Amino acid sequence: MAKVVLQLGELTCPSCMTKIQKAVQNQDGVSDVKVMFNAGKVKANIDEAKVTGEDLGKVITELGYEVKKIKTKEVA
Amino acid sequence: MKFNIWVQKHQNQMTAAIAILIVISLISDYLLKLPMVATPAMIIASIIGAIPVFLHAWTALMNKVISIELLVTIAVVGAFVIGEYEESAVVTFLFLFGSYLEQRTLQKTRSSVKNLTKMAPTTAEVVDEDGNIETVDVDDVDEGDHVIVKPGGQIPVDGKIIEGKGYMNEASITGESTPVEKTIGDKVFAGSLTDNGTITIETTSVGEDTTFGKIIELVEEAQDSASPAARFIDKFATYYTPAVLIIGILVWIFTRDFPLAITVLVLGCPGALVIGAPVSNVAGIGNGAKNGILMKGGNAVNTFSKVDTLVLDKTGTLTTGQMSVTKLSHFGNDKESDMALLSAVEGTSDHPLGRAIVKYIESENVSATKDLPELDTVKGQGLQSNDGDILVGNERLMKANNVKISDDAKQAMNDRVNQGDSIVLMAINKELKLVVGVNDQLRPDAFEGLTALKKAGIKRVVMLTGDNKVAAQHVADRLPVDEVHAELLPEQKVDFVKKFTEQGHHVAFVGDGINDSPSLATADIGIGMGTGTDVAIETADVVLVKSSFDALAHAYVLAKKTVANTQENIIIAVGTVALLLLGLLVGVIHMASGMFVHEFSILIVIFNAMRLLRIKTLNKSPKLDVNQVETA
Repeated sequence: MAKVVLQLGELTCPSCMTKIQKAVQNQDGVSDVKVMFNAGKVKANIDEAKVTGEDLGKVITELGYEVKKIKTKEVA
Repeated sequence: MKFNIWVQKHQNQMTAAIAILIVISLISDYLLKLPMVATPAMIIASIIGAIPVFLHAWTALMNKVISIELLVTIAVVGAFVIGEYEESAVVTFLFLFGSYLEQRTLQKTRSSVKNLTKMAPTTAEVVDEDGNIETVDVDDVDEGDHVIVKPGGQIPVDGKIIEGKGYMNEASITGESTPVEKTIGDKVFAGSLTDNGTITIETTSVGEDTTFGKIIELVEEAQDSASPAARFIDKFATYYTPAVLIIGILVWIFTRDFPLAITVLVLGCPGALVIGAPVSNVAGIGNGAKNGILMKGGNAVNTFSKVDTLVLDKTGTLTTGQMSVTKLSHFGNDKESDMALLSAVEGTSDHPLGRAIVKYIESENVSATKDLPELDTVKGQGLQSNDGDILVGNERLMKANNVKISDDAKQAMNDRVNQGDSIVLMAINKELKLVVGVNDQLRPDAFEGLTALKKAGIKRVVMLTGDNKVAAQHVADRLPVDEVHAELLPEQKVDFVKKFTEQGHHVAFVGDGINDSPSLATADIGIGMGTGTDVAIETADVVLVKSSFDALAHAYVLAKKTVANTQENIIIAVGTVALLLLGLLVGVIHMASGMFVHEFSILIVIFNAMRLLRIKTLNKSPKLDVNQVETA
């Protein structure tokens, strides 16, 4: 298990949140997705065997949002 | 999907292009009478405008979300198909321009927190075993790494000083801007600054795990954790948007009026409704963060605004927890030299009472006696010189040495004890010379703050304390406190809080977070006052980084205003939709004007929320209670 924090560009429409939330959630091995509208962050727990932080970054980029920084942290 | 990102990034330029095309088209149509130019310009504008809207709608649809953009896309395509190029161009322009303005104004409401995150350290200078210094990203620093911080530098990690010393400005953590001296073995916090001195730190935590990181994370999460009203709106909006789509289709089927159907789609956009509640929250919580008040989300704000009963702990909350001299009485002839001697004796001790006395005598411009005979500590009683001529301590020490206490001195001692003070006595040659009363200092702004809180809507102020009744009553007498309960154990405090909530009151408990954490957790709202310690941050619903009543009163007013602001915004949003539908029925609203009103209402709710950013704290003039320190 690892915790991923993705820093996105500024989010302006609340409906983007739902979109990003669903897209990230639908990836295999992802749980507890939280899209923070005001902070412009996406937080999620991932199973590293199935998916990486970079994969999630790609999913969000494909939706048309800029991903500035990806941080992955191991959790015991 | 490179195109997608390109569009996203250049949306503002595209909006500008559409605006220019629309102007060209209108000029050539009405002034130059050149429909040959006007129509194609509108067509091109419509297409450029539709692209970003369509892309948003499409990606949302791929994830099974029916978005506002989908409604607009259908409406625009519809208008285009029936040849209403002007309508389609203007609608896309207004929609895109509106989201540009939204973006700009939202940035403003978010600025307080952005400024906070900007203060977070980014790089650290790590020293390896050979003494080589390397600058690295803070995220790459590991626990146990040694980090060097030069004078004026920012401390990048939480850790312990292992070399050097210096003065730290910890304002970002504790709200206290007076620099504190730290040396080997002391804890330092990421985000604080060194005023002077080079120090080496052994890292204990990094990034989001540091106290500063936790504060930032807390504020970020707070801004995004919705109030009950906002959550309701969110739920509502998920069903609302598809419902509008269905209504549009029904209108088309039953009236066979295609333009009317697509107008319904535009008018039904839930714009202001979706953004209204969150934007109030962001602005309110942002204002708090700027003033050292961390409110944990919309729920906390909402509950706090309803509080009518304020329960406070005495020590460390109403009082600073620091001792100070309340009164010094002298008996005999040479007051100054006796004070000088007392100062010297107390100067040898580390006891809080002793320190208060030294500080007080210093402030009276009396310097301590230089040649002091050797002193012995009498456990639990005080200090005495070898020959027993000098005695400094409590009443027991005096009794044990058969010190003569005059009636006047006896009276002075009783006065102090009745005021709830601790007393320190000094006898010379078995004769009582000095009676000093020492007490916990009342927070300078406690009176003003509590008065302001009562004015803002707190009905009952209750003080709970573990201290004795006399001391408690004495503090309560000087403050607008309605009820006092003294000599309580922590679990008895919890019982009081429970009793109040069971009586149907909305209770806020204010405490310093560590020994009071059960009460903090039991109350409807737990307010942690005092240092930004981890415990306070985690247990409390509202954390006051600056331990002041000014901040507490500000937080309460802010919570009330934020809730009121949210309600105003919901009324504005619902009112707009109602007015638009009415306008549609009467026939004065069309697609483009409907979109205009919509975007306008979105800006109104954002501007309304921005008023919250401007609320100022109370008058910042901590006045010292003059009755507190007096000399006989």
